[in-house]
Amino acid sequence: MVDVTTTPAAPDGVDEKPLLEIRGVSKSFGSVISLKEISTTVRAGQVTCVLGDNGAGKSTFIKMLSGVHQPDEGTLLMDGTPVTFVTPRDALDAGIATVFQDLAMIPLMSIWRNFFLGSEPTKGWGPFKVFDKEKAQRITKKELGDMGIDIRDPDQPVGTLSGGERQSVAIARAVHFGARLLILDEPTSALGVRQAGVVLKYILAARNKGLGVIFITHNPHHAYPVGDRFLLLKRGRSLGDFAKSEITRDELTQMMAGGAELEQLHHELSRGPDAASPALREIVAEIKTDVEEHGVKQVTSDGPDRP
Amino acid sequence: MSTDTAPSVTPDERVARVGVLRALLIKPEFGSVVGAVVLFVFFAAQSGPFHSLGGIANWLDPASTYGIMAVAVALLMIGGHFDLSAGVQLATAGLVTSILTVNFHLYVWVSLLVSLGVCLGFGFLNGYLVIRTRLPSFIITLASFLMLQGLNLGLTKYITGTVSASGIAQETGYAGPHDLFAHEFVVQGQSFYVAILWWFVFTMIASFILTRTRFGNWVFAVGGDENASRNVGVPAMRTTITLFMFVSFCAWFVGNIYLFRLTSMQASTGIGFELYYIAAAVIGGCLLTGGYGSAIGASVGAVIIGMTQQGIVYAQWNNDWFKLFLGGMLLLAVLTNQFVRRYAEQSRK
Repeated sequence: MVDVTTTPAAPDGVDEKPLLEIRGVSKSFGSVISLKEISTTVRAGQVTCVLGDNGAGKSTFIKMLSGVHQPDEGTLLMDGTPVTFVTPRDALDAGIATVFQDLAMIPLMSIWRNFFLGSEPTKGWGPFKVFDKEKAQRITKKELGDMGIDIRDPDQPVGTLSGGERQSVAIARAVHFGARLLILDEPTSALGVRQAGVVLKYILAARNKGLGVIFITHNPHHAYPVGDRFLLLKRGRSLGDFAKSEITRDELTQMMAGGAELEQLHHELSRGPDAASPALREIVAEIKTDVEEHGVKQVTSDGPDRP
Repeated sequence: MSTDTAPSVTPDERVARVGVLRALLIKPEFGSVVGAVVLFVFFAAQSGPFHSLGGIANWLDPASTYGIMAVAVALLMIGGHFDLSAGVQLATAGLVTSILTVNFHLYVWVSLLVSLGVCLGFGFLNGYLVIRTRLPSFIITLASFLMLQGLNLGLTKYITGTVSASGIAQETGYAGPHDLFAHEFVVQGQSFYVAILWWFVFTMIASFILTRTRFGNWVFAVGGDENASRNVGVPAMRTTITLFMFVSFCAWFVGNIYLFRLTSMQASTGIGFELYYIAAAVIGGCLLTGGYGSAIGASVGAVIIGMTQQGIVYAQWNNDWFKLFLGGMLLLAVLTNQFVRRYAEQSRK
């Protein structure tokens, strides 16, 4: 295992201060250690992927960066200066926008109303100050267009959008409201293959606009194509923090899945008393193929592909 | 931005030209408007006087007082909450005004201000408790409904010795507030209550606030998903409490309309009315779960209730059937709304 706790030079040779540096951060709740000495960096115009299985501490990690929790040890540095976020508002003011899994969108409201929710533009004066609908609609359409997001009709309710489209609206919203660092919490986990691909495209679009992106996922196949750095978490500890040049996709996949464990699972399943059941046979066959193809594959809980 | 954005200027080929009918169908108030028209035609066919000027004045009157309340209740329901105490607050408003004026010899306008304060305070308390305890507003306002009902009766009996408060018409300074709340104006020989105008004004203001202001956006958001709206910085607590206070404000207004028309107030006034308001809001397209609805729809819902209540009399049926009729209509309205909404949303996917 390659242990890279000191920050290497950025791949493209940029040695300006990273947008966000996380140094030896730990967090525990009572006797439960959620995170132990985690370090990584995020640079402007780069994507840092945080990979880990369920219970690896990904959520705690995000919540610390977005000001919901405060680290017990370690420091966060923005542009080289130590920062503390006491509330989510502090993180937002510093330019850290978090797109949570629930997306903070109201399904029955139209796209443009959602886009400006909480920061509505107004026009007029005093009691006659009104929500500037035209402006909101225009900006929504333009911002989505700039991200390459093609929405049929900004007036349609968010509830009628597919999961991928919702993610992209949420990302465009964060970009519009001046985020410098975008944290995406499992944006692809509930999506089918095609939809996930679309979201990955928007992650790159945000990156190309000069934002730093933290992409939380448990799927190395989603992380590897877009990531510049990879932080692997397992049971609250770091398995390593790699630049893309230091790790291959297969190594990443192998580490993610805990290769040996999956091999064992494969054997257990094929030997078990129910091994004869068709459903189980199918799963076993699938795992076998994956193992042959990639070494191993992370077992994901992807939902059905929504058209 | 290069040439590939050009197609966004021309209509997107995936957006089918939305027909006028479909555009209407997806409006929350559409079902209630159709229902009102059908009901009007139905009762007009049953009885001639129903659609005479006198008949219209007759059913617009209950529609107006139900309507002012229904609009406020609709806003609250869009914001995701109920107020079961909306009806009994009417009595409280009237009783406080009357008792302070008659038994405590306050000037009428002063009594009105105090009763406004009492109502707004009560609305604040409702909203504050709902937000702080995070209990369903149904439970909180059921409790406040029962308590206020008891207070209305208990205090009125304690102070006046009877179950009603009367005598305000003999007090000095009665005329001014009477003109505000219970004035009658004449159109082509038929007199109408001023409440009808107030109802129109309240509906327009509420509809404007709901669809054209930031606050209106927050109302939809808080009712749609409170946590999500908090996450993006919507002041959910302030929004909810304001909505409860708006219901109380309207209860104060309508309670005093009743008082100045009848010159007395029964302690039991308004019990059960809260359900009419909710029915009107639901007929008008409000979702019980919040986040969807319309102020105009609620107003039209109130028209439906008013027409039904008076139409049964005009058709010379037994008035005992009113509630059966109303319940059936509520059910029909909800089913229609559900069907229409599903149709509208499917058609947009």
